[in-house]
Amino acid sequence: MVDFGFGLVPSSRMNLDLFDKEKYEELAEIEPDVRICMACGSCTAVCTAGKYTRTSLREAIEDIKNAKPEKALEMLRACQLCGKCSMVCPRGINTRHLILSITKVYSAK
Amino acid sequence: MTPLYQFLAAQAEVPEVIDRIPSGYSHFVIPFTIGITFFLCWIGVGCVRLLAAIPRNDRIRFWKSLFIPKTIVKNLKDLFGDCLFHLKIWQRKPLLGYMHSAIAFGWFMIIVLGHIEVALFVPARLNVSRGGLFYPIFYRYFVWMNPGHTTLKGSFFFFLMDFFLLYILTGIGLAVFKRFRSIVLGMRHTTKPSLADRIALYSLWLIFPLRLLAESFTADLSGGSFLTVGVNHFWHFLFGDKLMFLPFWWAYSISLGLFFVAMPFSRYMHILTEVLWILLRNAGIKPHHPRKGVAEAEIYACSSCGLCLDACPMNVQKKNLKYSSVYFIRFLRRHNEKKINAIADKCLMCDKCHALCPVGVDAPALRRAQRITVNNSLPYDYSYLPSAVSAGQLSGPGRVHPRFAAAEYGLSPAADPAGAQKPEVLYFAGCMTHLTPRIIKAVEKVFKAAGVEYAFADREGGICCGRPLMLAGKTEAAAKVIEANKKMIEESGCTTLVLSCPICYKIFREEYHLEGIKVVHYTQFINDLIASGRLPVSKSDEKIVYHDPCELGRGCNVYFEPRAALDQVGTLVKAAKEYDESICCGGSLGSLTLDTRDRAKISESSLDNLLANSPETIVTACPLCLKTFSEAVSNSKHKYIRVTVKDFAEVICR
Repeated sequence: MVDFGFGLVPSSRMNLDLFDKEKYEELAEIEPDVRICMACGSCTAVCTAGKYTRTSLREAIEDIKNAKPEKALEMLRACQLCGKCSMVCPRGINTRHLILSITKVYSAK
Repeated sequence: MTPLYQFLAAQAEVPEVIDRIPSGYSHFVIPFTIGITFFLCWIGVGCVRLLAAIPRNDRIRFWKSLFIPKTIVKNLKDLFGDCLFHLKIWQRKPLLGYMHSAIAFGWFMIIVLGHIEVALFVPARLNVSRGGLFYPIFYRYFVWMNPGHTTLKGSFFFFLMDFFLLYILTGIGLAVFKRFRSIVLGMRHTTKPSLADRIALYSLWLIFPLRLLAESFTADLSGGSFLTVGVNHFWHFLFGDKLMFLPFWWAYSISLGLFFVAMPFSRYMHILTEVLWILLRNAGIKPHHPRKGVAEAEIYACSSCGLCLDACPMNVQKKNLKYSSVYFIRFLRRHNEKKINAIADKCLMCDKCHALCPVGVDAPALRRAQRITVNNSLPYDYSYLPSAVSAGQLSGPGRVHPRFAAAEYGLSPAADPAGAQKPEVLYFAGCMTHLTPRIIKAVEKVFKAAGVEYAFADREGGICCGRPLMLAGKTEAAAKVIEANKKMIEESGCTTLVLSCPICYKIFREEYHLEGIKVVHYTQFINDLIASGRLPVSKSDEKIVYHDPCELGRGCNVYFEPRAALDQVGTLVKAAKEYDESICCGGSLGSLTLDTRDRAKISESSLDNLLANSPETIVTACPLCLKTFSEAVSNSKHKYIRVTVKDFAEVICR
């Protein structure tokens, strides 16, 4: 795709070359549930923080896979760890630990 | 040296006891003396180091607490009740209580009586420079009874010493038996002893039989009572007149010395650390670090008895035994950082191990402190909180709230008319309750039936109470959430805050410090409504079992009110384990890493526990338990036929 240097919407361009496999494996080792997310978005629908500011675990997981870890962290920074997402997750993902682990792994320099 | 007969003649009164060995020393005391000296040095240095690691304010508070009459009484009560008589073990497992108090109290009495004997008959020997360190311990070796001059006083001590020795030996017998068949004494699982534990354990087992041997071999010289003299006659019968007693005194001394050397590295350190921990605990000092200061006293006060193994709900699966509090504390002692974190994150924080701990070691608090060291520094951004929560969001019954409009279009929340209204009762549902709206519906129905004027703090959804953050170790972030909620509640002008989630209730009660506002759980509030006659209820013969949610029961000590209210609407039946022994539903927010399959196993065991007396309805007072149980029941319908899971308010408002 040609980059004209401007656009009407923020760029949604992905660069999978930047995908950090090592960090992803590190994350998957401390919280393997990251692999089983099916991106249904139930977590985002019930999110306490999501009502007030953009917060989405679903998007965070997608962002990580799309090599945008900064965006993923942004998606989770408002999380209050209330655990509603773990109550609704159809895959039984340990969402609270996943959120903590993503923050831990990807905010480490 | 004065010959014995001259010495005797010089005495105006014939002494009852003769100091057989004037030097008051024999080589066999060396192992014991080395052991006890090492131990005393270790504990002295340890105490100083421990107290130095406590923050200054806490230290001052600790010293002051030793002079407050109320604390002194509590200290004495706990020291005697917990350290000597082990009342907490007696209450739950009598045989185990007997075993432990036989060894602890019996040994204590033998040491005390030994010193009293020395003080009465050879007082000069109490002086440390004249053998005071070991003389009272090996008293029977050093003295001769003056034949024909034994008074009633002497016989009385002979009897007591033999009595307590027998008492200890029965305890030791039980302890040895417990190694092979612990279930008989009421323990399904026992702790796997470490190497130091084993050394200390086996030498402890040997100490008292060897003492019996040593004392019985010398009993015809030094005197004795029913036990030692009886055994002495037996030896004479076996070996004739000449008895070689020195080897047994050597063996007795070696086993004592070995025990004291191994003690600081073994679980038996709790014998003395427990005293310090009780004093610190009663002074109200909380650990700030999972390893240093008060926490260290707590760690070393753990007797590694393993009562927490059977208590832990995770241990329905044997593979989870390694995550129990006893091993957490063992790894804290060993500074095994990796294992510490794994165990700290796994725990459900149901607090049962703390409730059942005979020493009162608060392992969940240590786990939380450990989580703080890992998670508290993780980044977060809560700048949206103040706008999310404001007094403007309050809504009266039936009123739809314009908070969204206020937040999205920049309207001032104060413009909302509900903000001006001063409700007496404020109802805060909390995040979890919003996922189980049947609770909200039932609570509102009850409020309406009782004519309670109330405002709804988070009808359209509020923010979290902060407890989940606290449990995850993000205390700093939790403080932000607490601040925002606190402001909203204080601005509402309410006098009573009603909460339907025990998780919220615990943190509102403990961390919010709401001046002039009564914080109650809805079970308490509704029970008051029934008791005061405001809420009419009718009794049915429905068989109800009540599940104590962890955060409500063990967490906030609310056991009575929900049961009193439920008793008015149905027939309460007992669960197999209730009150502070209730089993977590498995849905707890406390655990960070426990997976769904393990949680399902816990739910199953918790359900089985509740269904012991075949009730028709399981009632709980926590949205998380409600959801977990409902799911578990519907997942295995064939197993749980005709059992329904209901919320407390639902049952009341029928």
